[in-house]
Amino acid sequence: MTSSATMPQPASFGRRLKRFMADRPLIALIILLVILVVILQILRPGIVNERWIANTAKFAIPLAILAGCQTMTMLTGGIDLSVGTVATMSAFIMATQIVNQDPTVAFLLAMLPAVLIGLVNGIGVGVFRVHPLIMTLGTSLIGTGFLQVYQRTVIASGARIPDFLNWLGTGVTYGFPNALFLFVPVAVLIVFTLNRTGFGRLLYAVGDNERAARLSGVRYWQVITALYVVSSLLAGITGLLYIGLIKAPSLSLAEPLVLPSVAAAVIGGTSIFGGRGGYTGTIVGALILTVLTTLLTILHMPEGGRRILFGFIVLFVTAAYLRIIQDR
Amino acid sequence: MTRFLRRQGWVAGLSALLIFLSVITKLIQPGYGSGDFGSLARAVLPYAFAVAAQTVVVIAGGIDLSVAAMMALASVTAASMMNGASEEYALFVVPFVLAMGLVLGALNGVLIVVTRVPDIVVTLATLFVLQGAALLVLDAPGGAAAEWLKASVVGTMPIPGLPDWAAAWVPKALALLVVCLFLIWIPLRSSRLGLSIYAIGSNELAAFRSGVPVARTRIVAYALSGLFAALGGLSLTISTGIGAPIPGPYLLASVAAVVLGGVALGGGKGGLLGPIIAVFVLRLVRTDLTLLAIDPNVTAIIEGAIMVAVVMFGAFVTIRGRPAGATP
Repeated sequence: MTSSATMPQPASFGRRLKRFMADRPLIALIILLVILVVILQILRPGIVNERWIANTAKFAIPLAILAGCQTMTMLTGGIDLSVGTVATMSAFIMATQIVNQDPTVAFLLAMLPAVLIGLVNGIGVGVFRVHPLIMTLGTSLIGTGFLQVYQRTVIASGARIPDFLNWLGTGVTYGFPNALFLFVPVAVLIVFTLNRTGFGRLLYAVGDNERAARLSGVRYWQVITALYVVSSLLAGITGLLYIGLIKAPSLSLAEPLVLPSVAAAVIGGTSIFGGRGGYTGTIVGALILTVLTTLLTILHMPEGGRRILFGFIVLFVTAAYLRIIQDR
Repeated sequence: MTRFLRRQGWVAGLSALLIFLSVITKLIQPGYGSGDFGSLARAVLPYAFAVAAQTVVVIAGGIDLSVAAMMALASVTAASMMNGASEEYALFVVPFVLAMGLVLGALNGVLIVVTRVPDIVVTLATLFVLQGAALLVLDAPGGAAAEWLKASVVGTMPIPGLPDWAAAWVPKALALLVVCLFLIWIPLRSSRLGLSIYAIGSNELAAFRSGVPVARTRIVAYALSGLFAALGGLSLTISTGIGAPIPGPYLLASVAAVVLGGVALGGGKGGLLGPIIAVFVLRLVRTDLTLLAIDPNVTAIIEGAIMVAVVMFGAFVTIRGRPAGATP
């Protein structure tokens, strides 16, 4: 910061570009998104139309909410790899319980595992100080085990997708996907929480300098426990939305979304080390990944290739952000 | 004497736990014999190599999240190369896969050293990449293994001079494990390189100032981890006869066994013997649960819960053991 003030020599284009990227990551991300859409239009002329945009939004929304879980946990220097399992569990329980139960009861039953897993994650990370990655991986393993046991008990009753979730997942009103009715409030809430409330400030504080935050009286374990419960609840709600979109309850429903959700948050400019980032970038990141996935599907890239690409994206973006921070 | 006890106390306690579990096993199933022990040793084999891979890196002060993905890649590579090939061709496949593990592991280390991104992020990214690569090699479980390789883990080891009843308790899988691990570990432990690995794990700065080539040592540690993981993948292919692109719960199991084996997650402490005994303990618990006729899915839940509890305990001990006022 001081070096640029004391030495007013003209910076090179590369440096200026770097600083621009660091200061206004959102503009750079939107430019990248537009470039991807243009490439898509060139490869398949006419593909970009109203229906395509609505469809892209439909698939980007579940990813964006899960990436919201990653954004919030990453702000504290954590990560939540159990979101896939939690989303799958709530979706599967909803689809099977709705057959015999009242919708409200089914909804509460579907949210129960989300709260429990979030609580265990939070206590493991906040109280016992297990690395979040290991902790959430462990709880997702346990969750999958429970789901397999549960599946046996409901195998006779069958499954059904509630009409409301169908409407929410695939319906379109005046060209806008209905999922936006869920997503817009959720997104506004996350952005508001992160930027304008004490809880949001605490997340940034804990991620930026945990020791300083503790010494200034932040109850670390309470913040972390609340955070992981919120993250799990969001994942559970995403599961309900996703089952309305995919319409086929399975035991690995939302698992393919975990990896892209991490990538979306990282692309969106949230530092995996904590204290830096925000949700608006993540939303654009989720859109970029959805368009990129369409592009890769058109190019016939297999699932394995996509995973390799996502892995490299996470690595390169993180390395680039480290460089930018070090240059300042 | 007290020093010896303090240093070996953990391993001794773990061995006592293993003996206690064996007695319980014998009580549950009076017919538990050498044949069952052979199948236990076969089941332990891939886990033990995964744990060895994790141990080397953890001692060097890092963590390798790509262990399970590396095993999957090694497993599918070996299985698809041996599919339909002659028996002699496998003589080429084994060193090829091991070299691949070594190189990819070293690549992990190089990426960590060059990008200066924390190892947990780098290995998370390589986890994605290796998983993708495994899916590119084989998109569904398949392939084959050479007969002589399959035979190398089945049955018992004829040792001259040993009575038959004792030889029956030395399954080939156990012999293979011991030989492979100790061929690599013993020379390493007594060499300068091994000392360097412990040095960078216990205090990187002090090691650097004492003239330890930190970057090179770290790369070697990750290369060894890759080699062990490739051995694990090979043993998976050998014992099942096919390769599976989706890895099992080896990552969590490896971290849990490392913690249970008395290797501090901060690095610089512990050896290979403890984690290996820990693997036997964890597997024997599973055997006991199976013998008690518990649903295999419930067994998976209990196993996951035990692993999570162990990791939580290990993290708790790490905070307690840290001198007061030290930064995490």
